[in-house]
Amino acid sequence: MYKYHSSYFFPLFWLRFYSLARYLLLHFQQHLNGVLLVSQSDKQNLILVGNGMAGMRTVEELLKLEPEKYNITVFGDEPYGNYNRIMLSPVLANEKTLEEVMLNDDNWYQENNIRFEKGKRVSEVDRVAKKVIAEDGTELPYDKLLIATGSTSFMLPLPGADKYGVVGFRDVKDVDTMVEAAEHYKKAVVIGGGLLGLEAANGLMKQGMDVTVVHIMDTLMERQLDEPAAKMLQASLEEKGMKFLMSHSTEEILGDERITGLKFKDGSEIEADLLVMAVGIKPNFVLAQAAGLHCERGIVVSDTMQTFDPNIYSVGECVQHRGGTYGLVAPLFEQAKVAANHLAELGYGRYEGTVTSTMLKVTGIDLFSAGDFHGDEDTDELLFHDVANGSYKKLVIRDNVIIGACLYGDTIDGTWYFQMMKDGTNISDFRNTILFGQAHLGDAGHGDETRVASMADNAEICGCNGICKGEIVSAITEKKLFTLDDVRSHTKASASCGSCTGLVESLLAHTLGGDYSEAPSKKPMCGCTELTHDEVRQAIRKHGLKNHEETRKTLAWKNDDGCAVCRQATNYYLLCEYPDYNDPESRFINERAHGNIQKDGSYSVVPRMFGGMCTPKDLRAIADVADKFNVPEMKVTGGQRIDMFGIQKEDLPSMWKDLSEAGFVSGHAYGKAMRTCKTCIGDSWCRMGTQDSTGLGVKLEELTWGSWMPHKYKLAVSGCPRNCAEATIKDFGVVCVDSGYELHVGGNGGIKVRVTDYLTKVETEEEVLEYAGAFAQFYREDAHYLERTAPWIERVGLDKIKQAILEDESNRKELHERFLISQKPAQIDPWKQHAEGVDEHQFKNIKIKVEA
Amino acid sequence: MSNWLEITSLDSIPVLGSRVVETDTVNVAIFRGKDDNVFAIKDECPHKQGPLSQGIMHGDSVTCPLHNWKISLTSGEALGADEGCTNIYDTKVEDGKVFLSLKK
Repeated sequence: MYKYHSSYFFPLFWLRFYSLARYLLLHFQQHLNGVLLVSQSDKQNLILVGNGMAGMRTVEELLKLEPEKYNITVFGDEPYGNYNRIMLSPVLANEKTLEEVMLNDDNWYQENNIRFEKGKRVSEVDRVAKKVIAEDGTELPYDKLLIATGSTSFMLPLPGADKYGVVGFRDVKDVDTMVEAAEHYKKAVVIGGGLLGLEAANGLMKQGMDVTVVHIMDTLMERQLDEPAAKMLQASLEEKGMKFLMSHSTEEILGDERITGLKFKDGSEIEADLLVMAVGIKPNFVLAQAAGLHCERGIVVSDTMQTFDPNIYSVGECVQHRGGTYGLVAPLFEQAKVAANHLAELGYGRYEGTVTSTMLKVTGIDLFSAGDFHGDEDTDELLFHDVANGSYKKLVIRDNVIIGACLYGDTIDGTWYFQMMKDGTNISDFRNTILFGQAHLGDAGHGDETRVASMADNAEICGCNGICKGEIVSAITEKKLFTLDDVRSHTKASASCGSCTGLVESLLAHTLGGDYSEAPSKKPMCGCTELTHDEVRQAIRKHGLKNHEETRKTLAWKNDDGCAVCRQATNYYLLCEYPDYNDPESRFINERAHGNIQKDGSYSVVPRMFGGMCTPKDLRAIADVADKFNVPEMKVTGGQRIDMFGIQKEDLPSMWKDLSEAGFVSGHAYGKAMRTCKTCIGDSWCRMGTQDSTGLGVKLEELTWGSWMPHKYKLAVSGCPRNCAEATIKDFGVVCVDSGYELHVGGNGGIKVRVTDYLTKVETEEEVLEYAGAFAQFYREDAHYLERTAPWIERVGLDKIKQAILEDESNRKELHERFLISQKPAQIDPWKQHAEGVDEHQFKNIKIKVEA
Repeated sequence: MSNWLEITSLDSIPVLGSRVVETDTVNVAIFRGKDDNVFAIKDECPHKQGPLSQGIMHGDSVTCPLHNWKISLTSGEALGADEGCTNIYDTKVEDGKVFLSLKK
């Protein structure tokens, strides 16, 4: 004690104490937001090195999944927030400003509590101490590290490459250099006739420079275009004023301090004040390699985007995945999703590589390419070449599946071809018209206006919510939306009936440029899972999952209770597997209350009238019920029965009781279920009739009523080919002819009219019933929930249906048998059950008197 | 001060389901979560007055049956990109009975 006391009076101690205190204070301030605070919380530290699109997308995905899990720090060596690198070409071309292409500005980092080390280059990763060290000395510890250092321009090692005026085309700095050069100099040369080189050349021309593109090959964009398309591209670019030196190889860059020209191997020379090298990019893995991580052509990662160090993940252009590297944005975003999934410790995301497509962002030039567009001996080539109109389309087909596409001039169907290519769609049914595009296909899902690019801004895209093209486009650009889900939640476009989904996707692709043709090859069922409809369904079958909870738990749903979308879909898949299964709370209200909810919250009641047939007694009973319950409005429906509107929910059970006693069952007009079987009067009265269409219609409805389906399902029987019952726009239609019955499937009178496909002709009513049951069951077991027969058939192909129903007799009989089994519980009339007290609580409100 | 009104027994509300409480002034939707937590919200979507009681409940939110707006049962606010808010009310469960307070 004494010793300490005495030292207080020793001046040197005070001096030391002062400097130590000062040091600590400064140090503390410097790290106020960092180490010291970080170590006080329980959260883990996540550091992202590389403030680019892939890394930041991972952070955004992670924030969606687990916003509270990590203290996040982002290092970026550029003095900006995260910007959209793909849009640098439009920035160079003066079509966009840097602000417009900014994805995450400084505020964003603050709002999301992310520490942003702007303009700091990380120089070292110490994997033993688990910390990163930046060039300025900043040190931060990590629990998990994400490396997204991207790529750098590949600079040709030519003599003179270090002169002023020689740049790559990679970041804002390069763009600034080019713009500045354009102010003072005239002649620019771009080495590289690929995507990036042409976009740079186009931008420099827009900046007023005289631009020559030097390319080592004899055609442009040889990795994306075949020769005819490349020639067309070169011609249009030449028309715009771009010059080309094809098959030229540079030997030397001329000049003193600044470049003055280029010398080629053939001895010729060209003047140049600016040289842009756009010959490619190389993954930037210097940091990772120095840290001892396994790198080959990039940082080697597994399907979970993990490097050889389990605490370090990597995404983006710096990675090498399954031997390949990527330079387009769509794959990076898929990688980001997977990395975020594992950083959130959900543990089920897998990245399995991406099929990519290309578009060129040069205004006025439309080209699209994907896959193997050269083909070989085993492939067919579909070709459309209209020289005068500047239109060229080539599809490479193997076994009736698109494996490559190359489009020039008219690229509107690029995304459509690409989707089919990724899905492996069999195109044999429309092979002869496929080159004319989706608009010429009798498509069921979309309207026929797939030509979004040419639509006016005030053209309505989403008819349900009244959303026009202009609104969607400005939401995409202003709110920086990337995905269909983004557009749906911000604009409501395609969020209701979904029939304009294709249009909205095309709008996204066209507004954002080709790199964003992001229609994922795999569409998850909803935001609660990464699994598709098919995968969920297969899992239910394979693992014998018995109910909702088991399904969500086994398949690692993100939300315990799921959401309104997956609950309904899963409920259908479960009840299709187990006909007795039902979870009312996972049903849409219409199916829970067995009536259609109307906009004022009242319900409608539609009793079933088999085949549209009725008696005076039936009609009287309905009239009595309508009187008794003061039904405000009644209507004869398109399905040949009577709809009573404006019923209060509490009155439903007693109304059903009366209808049930009069012999009626539920018409299921409210369900994703078999609705009606429309008939014409047939040979019992009509002089044209060939068969007893009403009788057959009644039998068909008796067979199929009550069946729960992926979507609504309608039947019809016409007594002769005049087809008064409109059987050829029904899900299952029968057209009677003198010699038997023609069976038609997959028709739709709804959002987009689709005429049925002819399935087959049979001779007896018994056969009609067997085929009807088998087809219904195949649809029930195979289609996605909320997919009507029309889009289902277009997705899987009519061949698959013919195989299952026509060619394989025993399969048909088994399907029919399974349908009959499923019908046993389905044909217990829900109205009668509910009139007898099932689920009574939902129809009875609790009434309380509140004393004032 | 809360003014607790006894509404019904917990058992009479299905799990992940709802009941409607009618009062002189307002209809209130009562929801029961998976862990028997009970929520009360004005039975009117802030969008187009859809009856929230008829929606599908998940977690602590409900999806309106009319246009699929997602409404938080703890704040009454529309979730996601939608904007709007409806009233919520306090509830408690004691001895298997559900109580509601209509006062704020």
